[in-house]
Formats: sequence, C-alpha cells, structure tokens
Amino acid sequence: MESTAVKPQFSEAAQAEIERICKQYPEDRRKSAMLPVLHIAQAEFGGWVSPEVQDLVAEVLGVKPIEVYEVSSFYTMFNLKPVGKHVLEICRTGPCMLRGSDELTAHLERITGAKVGGPASEDGLFTLKEVECLAACGFAPIVQVREQYYEQLDTPEAVDAMLTELRNQVHRPALPWEENGLPNALSNN
Amino acid sequence: MGRKLLTEHINVEDIETLDVYRKHGGYRSVEKALKTMTPDEVVEEVKKSGLRGRGGAGFPTGLKWSFLAKPEGVPRYLVCNADESEPGTFKDRQLMSKLPHLLIEGMITGSYALGANTSYIYIRGELLYVLRILEKAIAEAYAAGFLGKNILGSGYDLDLYVHPGGGAYICGEETALLESLEGKRGNPRNKPPFPAVQGLYARPTVVNNVESIAAVPVIVNEGGDEYAKIGVGKSTGTKLFSACGHLNKPGIYEIELGLPVEEFIYSDEYCGGIWKGRDLKAVVAGGSSVPILPRELILKTAAGEDRLMTYESLSDGGFVTGTMLGSGGFIAMDETTNIVRNTWNFSRFYHHESCGQCSPCREGTGWLEKVLHRLVHGHGQMHDIDLLVSVAKQIEGNTICPLGEAAAWPVAAAVRHFRDEFEWHVTHPQDATKPGAVFPGKLVTA
Repeated sequence: MESTAVKPQFSEAAQAEIERICKQYPEDRRKSAMLPVLHIAQAEFGGWVSPEVQDLVAEVLGVKPIEVYEVSSFYTMFNLKPVGKHVLEICRTGPCMLRGSDELTAHLERITGAKVGGPASEDGLFTLKEVECLAACGFAPIVQVREQYYEQLDTPEAVDAMLTELRNQVHRPALPWEENGLPNALSNN
Repeated sequence: MGRKLLTEHINVEDIETLDVYRKHGGYRSVEKALKTMTPDEVVEEVKKSGLRGRGGAGFPTGLKWSFLAKPEGVPRYLVCNADESEPGTFKDRQLMSKLPHLLIEGMITGSYALGANTSYIYIRGELLYVLRILEKAIAEAYAAGFLGKNILGSGYDLDLYVHPGGGAYICGEETALLESLEGKRGNPRNKPPFPAVQGLYARPTVVNNVESIAAVPVIVNEGGDEYAKIGVGKSTGTKLFSACGHLNKPGIYEIELGLPVEEFIYSDEYCGGIWKGRDLKAVVAGGSSVPILPRELILKTAAGEDRLMTYESLSDGGFVTGTMLGSGGFIAMDETTNIVRNTWNFSRFYHHESCGQCSPCREGTGWLEKVLHRLVHGHGQMHDIDLLVSVAKQIEGNTICPLGEAAAWPVAAAVRHFRDEFEWHVTHPQDATKPGAVFPGKLVTA
C-alpha cells in the first residue's frame, strides 16, 4: 500500500518477542504467528493497526500484505482506525444484557462523551466499542481494556473507579517482554 | 456435596505455582502415565471413563482419541480448544487462570497418549492475560522437567505452546480454530477429511476442550472405571457449569452429573435462587445456542420427572420439550425478562459471528436479526413470527459448520415456547416497546 507516512519499525524488545513466537511453529509455517504478531503490533503502535503497520507485519512474517489484511479485517480485536488512549470494549451479549450492559453503555457514552462505534472522546482518552461475549458472564456487566477485565460494573461507583484508574494511567501496563509500558496512544485523534 | 475432581484446590493460595500445585498432588498423572503405562493404555482409561467432550458437542473423548491416524514418521498434534466464546460460558477462563498447571498436566498426559511431540493451546485473544499465566506456568513445567526433551527420563519429548486468537466466536469450531492457528481467517473446513486425519498443517490432529483435557489427570490417576462410577448412565464424571443471568450467586460450579436442575438453581450450595426475590421465567441451560426452556420444562421433563443435569435428561423430549447440556453455560432469566429482546440479542450475536462462507448462514442470520429487530421495536407483523421459523429451518443443516444450527435453534425454541409473547409485540407494540416492559400474559406456554 503506497503511503507517505514514516515506515513503522518494531522495537528491539518486540522484535525479539516476535522471533520467540515464530519458533513455536514449524520453520516453514511462520505465517502461523500472524495473530500473536498482530497483537504485538497493536500494542506497539498505539492500539490500532494502520495499513503501514500491517505491511510491516507482512514483511516480518514473510507473507503478502493481503494475507495480513484479510486476517486483520476478520478478527474483531484489531482496530483498523485510530483509537483513543483507552479502548473500552463493552460486552453486549445476552448474559451481560440481562445484568445491565445497555444501561452501562448509555452511562459510559454520557460521561465520556464518546459514542459506541464513533471516534474517541474529545479529550482523546476513550474509545467506546461494543463487543460480543467476553466469557465472564458470571461477573456481568463487563468491560475489557487491553488485557484487563473490569467486572460487575453495575453501579456508577464501579464505573467511576475504572475510569479514574484509566485516567491515571499515563502509560499502558508493560508487557512481559518490555521494561516499561508505552504511551497509550501514538495517534492524534 | 458432590466430589470436585477438577476444582477441589482452586481456592488454595498460590495454586497457580508449580510447587503448590505439586504439593496438592499435581503432575502425578504424568509420572504414572510416562513411567508405567503405554500410550494406548492411557487412551483405554479415557475410553473407559466415558468422558464426553466438555466443549459442547459431548462426543466421547476416548473415542475421538482412538480415531487419530498414526502414519509412520508423520508428526501429529494435540490442540486444546481454549477459545471459550459461547455466550453464557466462562468455565475455561476460570480454570486456566486459577489452575494453569491442571491444563498443562492434562496436555502432557494427553499428548503422550496420542504420540504428539508438539501441542498447542489455542486461547481466545481476549484472554491474553490468561495466556501470560499459562506461559509462566509452562516455563515452570519446562524447568521442572515435565516439558521438553526426555520428560522424567522416559524418552518422551513434548513442546507445549499457547497461541492467541483475535476475536472470533467461529474459531471455537475445531477446523476454524486450526485455520486460525495457521494464521488465516477462521473459516471452517469442509469435512471430510476430519482433523483426526488431516488437521493442523494437514497432519493428524485431536482438538479437545480445556475441561476435557483437565479431566485426563484424574482419569489416569484414579482409573477410568472409578471416574465412570460418578454420574448417571452415559453422563459420567463431573462437569463445570457457568451459572449466570438473574441468579443470586452466579459463578462456576463443579457438579457430579445427575444433580437435579431445581437443586442447582435454588440450593444455597449452588446458585441460591433467582435474584431480587423474583420468579424464574426461562433457562438456557447449555450456552446460547441450545434451545431455551420455560420454567416448567427446565425443572421437570414433559413426563413430569425431575430434570437432571445430565446429557440425557436435559435433552429428554428432543427439541419439542427438551434442550441440550451443551457447554454448560447456564443462563437463568427472571419473570421480567423480555424473551423477544433476548432472542434478538442472541441473533445479533450469531449474525455478527457468522464467518460468511455459507450463504444460508451469512444471509439467514442477517434475516433473523432484522426480523427480530423489527418485532422488538414494535414494527413486526404477525407473519414475521412464522418467517422466523421458516428462516431458521432453512439455515439448519445447510452449512459447513454448526454455527448455522447454533443460530437457528434458539430462535425456533423461543417461538415454540413463547409465541404469545412474540404475538404481544405485534398486537401491543406500544406496551411491548416501553423501557422495562414486562409481558403481562401467562408466563409459560409449554
């Protein structure tokens, strides 16, 4: 894909992690690392995978760019547009709905100012995204933010505690191969 | 109080570490199998146990293992299906995050039985934090000599890896899972060939649910016959149920198969009854894809017998008056629940999660969602109700994978048991679409 943007590069730590992961599969099956590498890319480049980042993934895996695009567009965890510092993934499926996920979504839209499926809130902090069942139905309603589950968000206090914690997070939490977490968003919203 | 074969130690402090896990008897099955049993003897014990696949289909695990092709010189794989995504189901997440070594132990013993030297745990991408827990535990297992070359001096080698998905319900279907593990879209494969012959990288492969694999250590330790003594008939052993919805005590419960449903819902030992002092209206007993049953039919079979938590009892009466045990995702709904809205929610889920390969599913799930949407919002007409049944029938049996059935069954069952509530949405749209509206008719039309 032609672009004038600066070509992204993985950090050395991420590169080393990618090589560790690729060794988990037979030598001629490097493509198997597609999903784990896309996860690393999304964590590395501000919470979304731009076309340039996807091209980088293709290069690292030795596959054609289209092989990455068709995967990134199939799986819902990969954000294909810029996002806010924190993407709040609100479970909307039956068991969460029974315990108030519709009300939770409306509440989050009110206090963040962001809309589900829309751009990030004006302060660039929050993107709201509705997702399907997160497999934590006994603790509904639930929001996932990166690797963290926030459960039983059925009171304004619980929601406030989550948002306060996120507002105070300057960097996202460090991943196992990193010394420090990265800034939460690299993109301008 | 029934026996807890998997979760007895789940609340022990630091049980996620290898040391504490071993202090509570962990990794005994690896020692027993690798030092005193042949692989076929392990398979035989699993067969004798009567263990049935805990992911939802309920196919006998030992039989599945015995189908694995074993051509000379060709690698074969054991892949653990940890893509837990069936709405209402959250048992594997709990099991893996609290007892990672139990799954790892089962993977080692199972891989030995199948002759696999490389095995994978495919975990849904949303559970990356559980992947970290598993990877840490796997590193401990390597350091202790339970993984890697020449495990416990037995000459058996095994490498075990965890692979994350990317957010796609369909990858819980075993051939979609294998496609995904190969770095592709999760499109289910046409069968045959079955994974037992051509699975991962076109090699013979067994795919088992987390809970099935976690049951292997106890079967090997105590013997298949002992395991089979627990339960009723062909429903042997214990099963994890994920209780959610309008219950006082939602959560994970390991029960001996055969417990009456009524006791499970109302006993303080389990779910503690329906929240807010309300009445039970309906239950989806085995994950969102199994037929919903009204209160009367989930507590008693059509013949008036107590409904038990077994594969046979839950499916007693077929789809006319019964349901399925499925994955054990047990969703309870109180008397205020709007069944039409709930059915629409599940239809939206299946439409969203259809991979799009087969037109009956791709288009049919969209139709179901749209027709239900207009009923929920008061724009439906009487013939829409039969249209739902007709579309559901046209999806069923006409798709590569069972997502078609999973989408069709809940809709057909909701109309079957709650038709008057659907009709109310047509005849009284203004009442039915008010926020918090509760269907005033009789609660049940069995």
